[in-house]
Amino acid sequence: MAKTEVSTKFNPRLGKKELDLLTRLCNAVSVSGDEQEVRAIVLEELRDFADFTKVDAMGNVLVRREGTGKDRVRVMIAAHMDEVGFMIVKDEGDGVFEFRVIGGVDPRQLVGKPVIIGRDHVPGVIGAKAIHLTTPEERKQVLKVDQLRIDVGPGGDSKVKVGDRATFATKLAVLGPSIRSKALDDRLGVFNLIQLVKQAPENVDLLAAFTVQEELGLRGAKTAAYGFDPEIGIAMDSTPANDLPHYDGLPNTSHNTRLGDGPAIYIMDRGTIGDQRLIKWLTESAEAEKIPWQFRQPGMGGTDAGEIHKTRAGVPSVSVSVPQRYLHSAAGLIRIEDELNTLKLIHTALKRLDRSILNRQEKSNGKEK
Amino acid sequence: MKLDLKQHIKEMISAPGLSGYEAPIREIIRAAWQPLADEIRVNNLGSLQAIKRGEGTQPRPSVMIAAHMDAIGLMVTGIDDGFLRFMQVGGVDPRILPGQMVTVHATNSDVARDLPAMVVMPPAALLPKDGKSGPLPQKYLLVDTGLLPDEVKKLVRVGDVISFATEPMELCSDTISGHTLDNRASVAAVTVALEMLSKRKHLWDVMAVATSQEEVGAIGAQADAFAIKPDFAIVIDVTFAKAPGGAGIGNFEMGKVTPLTWGSCNHPALHKAMLETAEEYEINVAKDLAPTGSGTDAWSVQVAEAGIPVVELGIPLRYMHTPVEVVSLKDVRRAGRLMAEFIANLPLDFMKTVIWE
Repeated sequence: MAKTEVSTKFNPRLGKKELDLLTRLCNAVSVSGDEQEVRAIVLEELRDFADFTKVDAMGNVLVRREGTGKDRVRVMIAAHMDEVGFMIVKDEGDGVFEFRVIGGVDPRQLVGKPVIIGRDHVPGVIGAKAIHLTTPEERKQVLKVDQLRIDVGPGGDSKVKVGDRATFATKLAVLGPSIRSKALDDRLGVFNLIQLVKQAPENVDLLAAFTVQEELGLRGAKTAAYGFDPEIGIAMDSTPANDLPHYDGLPNTSHNTRLGDGPAIYIMDRGTIGDQRLIKWLTESAEAEKIPWQFRQPGMGGTDAGEIHKTRAGVPSVSVSVPQRYLHSAAGLIRIEDELNTLKLIHTALKRLDRSILNRQEKSNGKEK
Repeated sequence: MKLDLKQHIKEMISAPGLSGYEAPIREIIRAAWQPLADEIRVNNLGSLQAIKRGEGTQPRPSVMIAAHMDAIGLMVTGIDDGFLRFMQVGGVDPRILPGQMVTVHATNSDVARDLPAMVVMPPAALLPKDGKSGPLPQKYLLVDTGLLPDEVKKLVRVGDVISFATEPMELCSDTISGHTLDNRASVAAVTVALEMLSKRKHLWDVMAVATSQEEVGAIGAQADAFAIKPDFAIVIDVTFAKAPGGAGIGNFEMGKVTPLTWGSCNHPALHKAMLETAEEYEINVAKDLAPTGSGTDAWSVQVAEAGIPVVELGIPLRYMHTPVEVVSLKDVRRAGRLMAEFIANLPLDFMKTVIWE
């Protein structure tokens, strides 16, 4: 695994073609339990690149891309296709529907938002009582989900049905060095995994798992990992960048990650203690290629790695995320350079990978070599 | 050229124009009204006045139609590590703000720039105790432009205005959603009326006014009423439609009815005259009860100069002062038609009938 063997030719960019794909992925309605729209895009994109493709019983898309080298490591990389959203649960007539939230969305993020519903992306809004009609007492209360309604307009000629999934209607936009979009958690991961399959290093067997129902408890990853039976697991996801100012000017000691500081490598979250050998492999790969990176502050939250590492006889696993502000709201915000560096890091690390790293006993999980 | 009402409204609700900063919306309305008017001018406080002369002999009476064009929004009060702090312009419930798409109209550099941005709620760990679960007070919310802190400092300054940026959405049955339908929907109704009047004979002078600064206290209209000195005024503004979460007293169905304000800010004789027009032309109207006031331009127009008789009509709207207001185009058209029929049928001596019992 000498440094000289590592090619730096893989230089990801976000040109028009790539941005179009990311936009299609992010603007899709693909709420946990109904990931059809993103699944269709993934299958279409990878039709000519996969050695084996399967949609499993849960709806995961499992794509195997075989390398050509000797003694190839079977690396599973997971990115989840689902996003948080809503389900229509009751038709109250006059274009008004009761709904419930799927996944973790703060109810304070719901009020006054445009939404799109179902396969046809029927537009609707989550309204709120006019400020003129509310009392100061009312304005001290959070509007709860069961008080809110999705409104597609009166007249009753809508195509919306009880049971349909819905999500925020925000469309992807480039804001200078940043991207603002809904569902960047985890369409960025899906986008990156598509790119990796298309340009997979030849020294590994890439087992790409586009998973379902991550937001409901890593449910797709469980069957995907069982099906793939990998030697190494990597979850590519998105993690909060809480790098905002403290309300009274105190130092922010709980940023989790910061935008612009590069891919976030996980040491520990609620579900996984990252494999020390893999953490070292990733950090060394980043250093070798001068790719900026950061540790995600150990803490709560989790990724598909939480299931992957417990699969069968156990799978050494680690997570890498693109730092993102405002996850699980109408729009998150990421830095384009973080996204590209994440893709570059995983690709570089895969190129450097051989089975021997799993034999080494590491003393440190840190940056120092 | 036939008016494309949907397009007209979409264009208007895509344009900025906060109270006191109405220039962008004013120019759009000017373009729509210019071909329908004999003269067009801007008043001292930024309202747009279009004059359409009648065919009556001099001295001709005049009627003012007032619809405010300004929008509620936000204004930058500080810059903190690339994030913007702000306050509200007009009545904005802070509970609707987290996660809203906005546009920052940045003026600190030589070339003014519109920066797409969003209102954000900082994570709980960065907030005081009262910010963790209850509605977040506006002072803790921030605006993120996605730009690097140095760039933000270069482009944005305190006092820059921030507009809602929700894109117009076409909903079912000829309804449309977006921000600032309060009161651009009414401006569109005035356009409808002007267009109809352009094909009709009318004796009276018509002074159509897109007023400024209504959302901060019905300020522009007061100056317009003084400058124009109309014999009476028609004020049109949005009113509360039947909606989940709460409606006003009227509980008006959308797409069905044109509410006529009944309360202290309308002249009863004018109200009665408009009711009669509605009946004659089979236009469905209903009383919109405003026991104290309607909180619109009517309030200030009525007491301008030596007092001006006012009649007020409305367009039912859902979710007022949120960026997802909803109106029905049918209601806009009907309100425009009612105003046009009313004006076209005004005899020169109409004011003799506008008397107190």
